[in-house]
Amino acid sequence: MAPKKLGLKQRYAHMTRGLDWETTYQPMDAVFPYDTFEGIKIKDWSAWEDPFRLTMDSYWKFQAEKERKLYAVLDAFAQNNGQTGVSDGRYINVVKLFLTGVSPLEYQAHRGFAFTGRHLRGAGPRIACQMQSLDELRHLQTQIHTISHYNKFFDGIGEFPHMHDRVWYLSVPKSFFDDARAAGPFEFMIAIGFAFEYLLTNLLFVPFMSGAAYNGDMSTVTFGFSAQSDESRHMTLGIEVIKFLLEQHPDNLPIVQKWVDKWFWRGFRVLGLVAMMMDYMLPKKVMSWKEAWEIYFTEAGGSLFQDLERYGLKVPKYADVATEAAEHISHQNWAVFYQYSHAAAFHTWMPDKEHLDWLSEKYPNTFDKYYRPRWEMWAEMEKEGKRFYNPSLPQLCQVCQIPMAYTEPGDPTKIAFRCTEVAGETYHFCSDGCKDIFDAEPEKYIQSWLPVHQIFQGNCGGATVPDVLNWYRMNVGADNMDYVGSPDDRLWSEWHAAKTREAV
Amino acid sequence: MSVTAIVPDYARRIEPRDPVENFHGNMLVYVHWEDHLSFCSAVAFPLPPAIPFGAFVSEVVAPAYAAHPEAASIDWSAVVWMIDGATKVPDMEASLAANGMKHKTLVRFWTPGLSGWKGTAS
Ligand SMILES: [Fe+2]
Ligand SMILES: [Fe+2]
Ligand SMILES: [Zn+2]
Repeated sequence: MAPKKLGLKQRYAHMTRGLDWETTYQPMDAVFPYDTFEGIKIKDWSAWEDPFRLTMDSYWKFQAEKERKLYAVLDAFAQNNGQTGVSDGRYINVVKLFLTGVSPLEYQAHRGFAFTGRHLRGAGPRIACQMQSLDELRHLQTQIHTISHYNKFFDGIGEFPHMHDRVWYLSVPKSFFDDARAAGPFEFMIAIGFAFEYLLTNLLFVPFMSGAAYNGDMSTVTFGFSAQSDESRHMTLGIEVIKFLLEQHPDNLPIVQKWVDKWFWRGFRVLGLVAMMMDYMLPKKVMSWKEAWEIYFTEAGGSLFQDLERYGLKVPKYADVATEAAEHISHQNWAVFYQYSHAAAFHTWMPDKEHLDWLSEKYPNTFDKYYRPRWEMWAEMEKEGKRFYNPSLPQLCQVCQIPMAYTEPGDPTKIAFRCTEVAGETYHFCSDGCKDIFDAEPEKYIQSWLPVHQIFQGNCGGATVPDVLNWYRMNVGADNMDYVGSPDDRLWSEWHAAKTREAV
Repeated sequence: MSVTAIVPDYARRIEPRDPVENFHGNMLVYVHWEDHLSFCSAVAFPLPPAIPFGAFVSEVVAPAYAAHPEAASIDWSAVVWMIDGATKVPDMEASLAANGMKHKTLVRFWTPGLSGWKGTAS
């Protein structure tokens, strides 16, 4: 008799939960030491609904197929010198920001999900986390392979892992993930699985991927596509985990709410880099940050929280503050990089008149009143040969680690200053959101590695700016400063001139 | 509130990263010129607590903001100072410490009549 083939469902059950067992040589609490200390109560792990019924062997098959397609496109892109076909040489700085700021987070996500994939007691979530862990490693690899082609031509790319651990603005995304990974497995799942991958993901990947599409970067578009089916699994896992925790025990609600509040705010702060990218760095704009926020947070997030209301979960604290700030953060962030351009590993530029007009149109309530004059003042200074740089180092927020450049809700002329004292020492914050996070766990954040303080303590290669940039492995005069006049700019102009000659 | 940690003695295992002892005899001072947001945020300096406030103004604060078109018009004698949230008239001869400044003090100042480029707080 021929052996009977198992149905998909049975196969899945055997190959996942069927491989799990109740330990006897060691108590389960010793085998899974991390899944109780956060106070989360799980009555029944088997109630977990597996969000995607995928066994390892079919996982490998799917992923291998996607890899083949991706690498075929990358090869073609390289052979056809696709890098010469993007909208403008400035666009490459978006790719640089992505590789230095976001790709290392894929690796952090890989490590984090490997941890939860080991330490959650239920086999269902454990397997989902293990697959996501592999996805995230693959995302890092495909991004490195895609962007390595640009590294042959453009500056600021080659030292991205070294820079991620050291450079002042990269401490913002790095500390975000360090915070999540230093938490317990349930907080990590809410932080990254829910807040980042579900609630905020469309504000990160859609802008980068549609930005790439609008600007002729077909290689980045392709890795985006290649990650898309993974991302939909990640979203499903994120929503499943929050529902599971809320259904398991009513005592979980206040803990989960606290994490949702915290990780919404931390995520929102990191996304300021995307805001700036959308409003200032894309030569061909997709939409404004404010529009993206309305679509992907106010509308989509609004209906999500309506759905979660039945569990008692509320819209994250300070969501209203973040929405108000959507008028301001892109302008405030690009201004930070404009004045610290000498210390950034990508290029900045002054928005031209057409660009300023676009911003006026997209931000009718605020741009002409507060931000346009700032650019006009700096443009005037540039014309006089006095390009504006900030000669001092900025004060940083103890939690988000961003220069304290954000203004009071409702008053864009006043910097928001908040502080707390712990054991006789003062700690400063950019917002009530960051202060609340600190006040809830001061022991954690008094250890923050703040780049500016580290420089003053003498831990960053020396006392002068060139010493520090050298310690960052920044190639001064190539990686940093304005786009206009940079080696990138010269190369782009040469390509452009060659294309024009060929066309004649 | 306190940290959620797997070990009960977490607080005893850690150290704050920025105590004044780590700054080689200096203390950190943050400075912000109000209504001049072309300087994107307050800025930080490691300074000896013993320097006179007057020297702090002329050697540290003034040069930090010199690039601003309004910098030359500042009347330093008319400046309104706020030290850690309290409006103060600092004693220019006295040290930073004697003026109530400590590690991580925030000094904000207003320049009457100057409210940023074309009055836009820039
Ligand atoms: Fe990913
Ligand atoms: Fe993901
Ligand atoms: Zn902050």
